Amino acid sequence: MIAEIGHYALVLALALALAQSVLPMVGAARGIRPWMAFARPAAVAQLGFVGLAFLALVTCFLRSDFSVATVYHYSHTQQPTIYKIAAAWGNHEGSLLLWVLILAIFGALVALLGENLPPRLKARALSVQGMIGFAFIAFMLFTSNPFARLSPAPFEGEELNPLLQDPGLAMHPPMLYLGYVGFSMTFSFAVAALIEGRVDAAWARWVRPWTLLAWTTLTAGIVLGAHWAYYELGWGGWWFWDPVENASFMPWLAGTALLHCETVVEKRDALKVWTILLSIVAFGFSLLGTFLVRSGVITSVHAFAQDPARGLFILFILGIALGGSFALFAWRAPTLQPGGLFAPISREGALVLNNLLLGVAAGTVLLGTLYPLALSVIGGGAVSVGAPYYAATFVPLMVPMVLLMAIGPLLGWKRGDLPGALQRLAAAGVLACFAAGYTFHLETGGSWLAPLGIALGVWLALGTLVEWVERVKLFRVRPRENWNRARHLPRAAYGMTLAHLGLAIAIIGMTGSSSWKTESVKAMQIGESVTLDGYTYRFDGVMPTRGPNYLAERATFTVTKDGRPYTVLYPERRQYEVQAAPTTESAIQSSLAGDIYAVIGDHAGPQSWTVRIYHQPLVPWIWAGGFLMALGGVTSLSDRRYRIGVPNRLPVVQATGA
Amino acid sequence: MRRGFRVRTLGALMLAAALALPAIAIPSAQADPTIHTADQPLADPAQEARARALMREIRCVVCQSQSIDESDADIAANFRNIVREQIAAGRSDQEILDYLTARYGDFVLFDPPFRATTLILWVGPFALLALGLVVAMAILRRQRNAKTAAGGLAPPDLSERERRRLQELLTEPDSGAGKSA
Amino acid sequence: MPEEEAVSTPIRRLLYSLPILLLAAFGWLAWRGLAPDRDPSALPSAMVGKPVPDFTLPPLDASNEALSPKDFAGKVTVINFFASWCLPCKAEHPLLFQLQKDMNLPVYGIAFMDQPSDATGYIKENGDPYAKIGVDQNGRVAFNFGVQGVPETFILDRQGIIRYRLAEPLDPDRITSEIAPLVKSLQQ
Repeated sequence: MIAEIGHYALVLALALALAQSVLPMVGAARGIRPWMAFARPAAVAQLGFVGLAFLALVTCFLRSDFSVATVYHYSHTQQPTIYKIAAAWGNHEGSLLLWVLILAIFGALVALLGENLPPRLKARALSVQGMIGFAFIAFMLFTSNPFARLSPAPFEGEELNPLLQDPGLAMHPPMLYLGYVGFSMTFSFAVAALIEGRVDAAWARWVRPWTLLAWTTLTAGIVLGAHWAYYELGWGGWWFWDPVENASFMPWLAGTALLHCETVVEKRDALKVWTILLSIVAFGFSLLGTFLVRSGVITSVHAFAQDPARGLFILFILGIALGGSFALFAWRAPTLQPGGLFAPISREGALVLNNLLLGVAAGTVLLGTLYPLALSVIGGGAVSVGAPYYAATFVPLMVPMVLLMAIGPLLGWKRGDLPGALQRLAAAGVLACFAAGYTFHLETGGSWLAPLGIALGVWLALGTLVEWVERVKLFRVRPRENWNRARHLPRAAYGMTLAHLGLAIAIIGMTGSSSWKTESVKAMQIGESVTLDGYTYRFDGVMPTRGPNYLAERATFTVTKDGRPYTVLYPERRQYEVQAAPTTESAIQSSLAGDIYAVIGDHAGPQSWTVRIYHQPLVPWIWAGGFLMALGGVTSLSDRRYRIGVPNRLPVVQATGA
Repeated sequence: MRRGFRVRTLGALMLAAALALPAIAIPSAQADPTIHTADQPLADPAQEARARALMREIRCVVCQSQSIDESDADIAANFRNIVREQIAAGRSDQEILDYLTARYGDFVLFDPPFRATTLILWVGPFALLALGLVVAMAILRRQRNAKTAAGGLAPPDLSERERRRLQELLTEPDSGAGKSA
Repeated sequence: MPEEEAVSTPIRRLLYSLPILLLAAFGWLAWRGLAPDRDPSALPSAMVGKPVPDFTLPPLDASNEALSPKDFAGKVTVINFFASWCLPCKAEHPLLFQLQKDMNLPVYGIAFMDQPSDATGYIKENGDPYAKIGVDQNGRVAFNFGVQGVPETFILDRQGIIRYRLAEPLDPDRITSEIAPLVKSLQQ
């Protein structure tokens, strides 16, 4: 019954989405106020129906109703409750429902919080949002129904893949989808602006919070995903340039460029065409990601369904959404009023260069991801594009970008003083070189990649701090004045500082992890010890344990550092109820300097097991950096200027939306 | 200003020292010799390290999202043994990779080779960068032309309504910046 | 007032149309990629067109001589890699008889990474369509053939050049549509 309620709610949502797509758009074109105003209740009701459907699905999972096919395939009576809930979106159909739910949430938020939006813009944006919702709800109802029934109903489920039975599943997909789908709102606003034929500073200010929200959650989602892969897969890697990972990275790159473009539109009324294009492209990448994951067109460990029919449907949606908006772009973008002028050497100029580099980076990732598919389709054979390719193309692009990131904020709008900025960064530059040299000296391998990475991280961190120091006039006025200035800096400024600092720290972490990771893989007897990088691991024993839905072998490793006790690690090897292949749970001890990481594998003999031990220098810096970036986004979002609900002091706004 | 400069430098130095903290993370000793499950490592640690590095560049044909170094598949174990044998026999890295691609094609290499079929792949990013630079320069040159045409960095003409709105936006009481340093 | 345009209009129009053109290219690519007969994880064989690698394998049946290319020189031959632990091999096994009897082709089997005792049991249970079976316990011969897994089937021409490689279990459609015509052309 509950499944049928959910199903029916989806059908109603479909009908409502259709109405939401058509009426406000026509209303905006013809100036019919009630039709435009319909967008608001439609979007809110849409959320109501989709939310109801989602709740229905989760309820089916919680009640272990195995007559619902989705529940049967991905759940089990002994599965812990949190994973029963998370399993609702740990599959193709359920995750689509989550996708549509978040789409509806964003639509409703704009409908409710966008009091100050010009009616036509709001109506058109919500209408586009409704169109996207219509497309995806239709996709669900016609090809991927989460509420499909099984008859006769099985007594027990097939269980969720053990790799997914992890807190990561509870957090990573929702965060990621908030990001992906968040860009749909920017997309809708961009299309609405194109239809209207105007993009201006006010538009940028309205759109920016949505972009920020999407970017922040996508950052968090990607970092969570990398962290999850790191501790779950047992090899200590956190990024594999897998097509699906790239599919989340491309919208992030486009989104970062978009964020910075919006600043320029808002402050200087320039780069409008780029902002609109990036708004479309960012969401386009999200749709591309959806396509790659669900169509079966490429192989990936992350891929969901392998169904060409579903793939065709998504391709169709992609074609219409992007084709329509790109066509609109080709037609309308040239008519957009060009904006403010600026000298090449200026903050705008730096941002143009920044966006160029980010755009080329995104294009490179796209090229690498799609190339094997393209080549095989035209019969050119099979080729693999892995980490070495991106190391040779993507990384070199990031070097000038990071260099620029410290300089750009120090340049003024409209016309910047480059020599002055460089002079203020001189100390940062010297220290970065010093850090590079010191690193090179300490390293035994002699590779120059690690010193470069450290130097870039130090450069960016110090450069970002220099900018803050300059704004607060540290050491140039009295401390009380410093404090005053610091207190009154807009939150968006702190957002930038935090985000750039976060990236710097993450870069240092990535460098350490890639360059200095060491490992020991051997068959160990109980009682045996192994030493890796100054840490000694003594294999104390293995004990059988049991969890709610699994049996496990739990090993104990006593770790000492230079003779003194450091920690005890308990890696496990688990056998779940239904799924045959055993999974490993690694044991990790983190510190400021890095992680030590132990995994227990197969039996290698009567009293011996295969043991993998890793030393991962600086890896926690990656997570810390990512967290800081997301925190920067949240800080910017809390800036009073962007808060939607604040009553607008400009009464004029209502009438000008034409 | 000299005092300020010195203090600033000192502060920056302290910060840099803190940021040089990563240096403590650099490992000081070599790792133990390694075995992958039931593999036999090569006797010479340098050769074994070379073998492991090479294995990370070779894609497993069964578990296609892993290198043969990571994969647990039997075929991957086979590949690893073959790589080790070849290294012990004195072959160079490139010879070993050629040996593999002769039988399995370019697919087994994570680093796509530079061939006629991968020309676009390798040249693409740089071509894209060049194209982007051209476009960026065109934008900036247009800015400069318009600037000279309009006689300096004057704002474009605004309608009366727009001018009024601009005024209101600019005078909205923001605390702190809006302008930058 | 619009600014002076430093770039002429046709180029500008082309640039603005670039996104939709790229999208069209991608759409075509994806369309082809979604073709139902396309398996994204399948690898094209690098050995097709190359001479059969030389090898010598111990025979499964101890009374036989070793298996080597000398056994089938000068004839159109089928080589089939199988294993006792491989379920799809068992499924395709009856079709090997079709190749052997109906099409009169010599079919040679190679047991891939299998214990001789297990392979013998498998043959006893499922029948023996093979002219001779070699045992490739360490998988080196299969490696030289570029084998990804089992079952895999190769067709060689009279000169010993590999002409065809199937990385999937045999099925009747493929035998009629691909293998039979090929064999016919090779036997002329």
